[in-house]
Amino acid sequence: MDIAANLALGFSIAFSPFTLMLAVLGCFIGTIVGALPGLGPSNGVAIMIPLTFALGLDAVAALVLLTAIYYGAMYGGRISSILLNIPGDEPAMMTCLDGHPMAKNGRPGDALVISGVASFVGATLSTIGLMLLAPMLSRVAYQFGPAEYFALYLLAFCTLGGVASKNQAKAAFASCLGIMIAMIGLDPNSGMARLTGGNLHLYDGIDFLVAIVGLFAVSEVFFFIEKHGKQGALNIVLGRVTVPWGEIWSTRWVMARSSVIGFVAGVLPGAGASLGSFLTYVSEKSIAGEKGGFGTGVAKGIAAPEVGNNAAAGGALVPMLTLGVPGSGTTAVLLAVLVTLNITPGPTLFTDRPDVVWGLIASLLIANFVLLAMNVPMVKIFVKILDLPPAILMPGVTMVSFVGIYSLTGSYFDLLLVVVFGVLGYVLRKLDIPTVPVILGILLGGKMEKQLRDAMVLSDGDWTYLFSSGISIGLFIAAFLGFIAPMFLRRILRKPQVPDSA
Amino acid sequence: MLASDRVFGAVVIIGSLAYVASAAQIATPFFSDPLGSRTFPMAVGLVAAICGAMMMLKPDGEPEWPALPALGALALSTVLLVGYAYALRPLGFLLPTAIVAGALSWQINPKPKIAALTGVGLSIGLFLVFRFVLGLSLIGLPRGIL
Repeated sequence: MDIAANLALGFSIAFSPFTLMLAVLGCFIGTIVGALPGLGPSNGVAIMIPLTFALGLDAVAALVLLTAIYYGAMYGGRISSILLNIPGDEPAMMTCLDGHPMAKNGRPGDALVISGVASFVGATLSTIGLMLLAPMLSRVAYQFGPAEYFALYLLAFCTLGGVASKNQAKAAFASCLGIMIAMIGLDPNSGMARLTGGNLHLYDGIDFLVAIVGLFAVSEVFFFIEKHGKQGALNIVLGRVTVPWGEIWSTRWVMARSSVIGFVAGVLPGAGASLGSFLTYVSEKSIAGEKGGFGTGVAKGIAAPEVGNNAAAGGALVPMLTLGVPGSGTTAVLLAVLVTLNITPGPTLFTDRPDVVWGLIASLLIANFVLLAMNVPMVKIFVKILDLPPAILMPGVTMVSFVGIYSLTGSYFDLLLVVVFGVLGYVLRKLDIPTVPVILGILLGGKMEKQLRDAMVLSDGDWTYLFSSGISIGLFIAAFLGFIAPMFLRRILRKPQVPDSA
Repeated sequence: MLASDRVFGAVVIIGSLAYVASAAQIATPFFSDPLGSRTFPMAVGLVAAICGAMMMLKPDGEPEWPALPALGALALSTVLLVGYAYALRPLGFLLPTAIVAGALSWQINPKPKIAALTGVGLSIGLFLVFRFVLGLSLIGLPRGIL
């Protein structure tokens, strides 16, 4: 198999001291970002993007740093779920359900260790899954033409919308809004300005990094201002951390099942880690039944969602790398980075830039071991950081993101846009309209239109061309089902009670 | 009853239709592909308008809007950030950053001492990091002084 040779190439890149240092740094920053309530993986990666460019990192280095942050945030999210009962990020929501009760029962250390090991298992298995599945999928992706890509983008919007919100109309609107914003600027086919309102600043279009920082980071600051940063103080004392081997061993089948479910949830375009942790928790709960004691602080209830969200994190990289369609909000942000670095994800990435793909995979494997070390023996450091008051943290986040954008574009107009997107993000989130589809729309809107236009050029305006291949028909049907299904499933699968301070 | 979703739905419909109208104005280029520059934006705009109508017809429960003082704090913060965008180039990094960071800190937790320390600390700390560790060419003080 050529996987071994490729992996050797990857490790030769990943083991260079500089790359290794970036991976460790990324893991550390990521865990902090994940642990702090309010700063999710998308935020963390978004804030770091401008800095990555400022540092002048090349593609491999930038990607290693940012994905290490991404994985780190997935690990770190559980810390505040368990100790504060506030999910550090959205996918860690389900970890609150059993993690916090166990901590309140006087076993915070055990909860952190079990969830840390679960994160490691999920992330490692899914990275291996990524290694095996991605090259296969990239070979299939060679058969994709404009019609298939158009259908695929539609699928991403539909499934993301279906999962991301309680209200289909709102999710669909969010996607449309993003696509509408993406249309602003020069028309790629004719080179003429569209929808700029004559504003010269808008001729280049709206940079998605600006939108990402505004929608995620700045809107978060607004939420903190509104609530006056009333954050539950740390009231659980973490004693000596020991490893409950027996309990971890008892969850081995839970971990195995949840890895598979989480990985599949991650691979589906648009679904992402929140769905992974939700599905794994719900299915393990129903397997365990009433006697399982889910919700009272049992090991299986902690392991399942943590395995699920970390496995989904790796799975979400599969469609991002092979098809250029992100599987989740954070991979959408990572895709933005790749595009900005002039790397086009897609099937050709695997043949043209094996150094990027395999360097990344090898770094992720290494990062997992680093994260295991940071999150089990060294977890106390991160618990200390949770005490950092938001009144210091949030202004810091704001300033870093503003200066980052400014250093990237050097334009005051982009800073204004960041504020505009911040206000927009605040209003949208208040109205329960998800912001991730907006980002996805800005990111993919232009490509979606281009594929549609290319398809029409090939067929000379014949619309039936879109449905001319089995793959595209399958994708259209999947898109339709993905959009419709949550409406019915929502009635059957009631979301369990979760803290509303997500 | 005036539900937020209904109001927002109306805004979405009006905004989307305005978008469709302005997309319809896009000039036809000399060479055009079968689909042209207008169709896709117009179609997306129409879908958005339909979504707006759905929001009006089936509004969700009311979100918890902030009370007046919190709303004032939010408006003030927005103005500060807009001001920051304009001030960064002419006034340099240190002064606007200290003021905005301090003000934001004070908005989150009204303790003057912490806010002042946060402002000054972040301003100087970030300047040092950005300038010397990351090597960005930030201007520290107003041009006239340096």
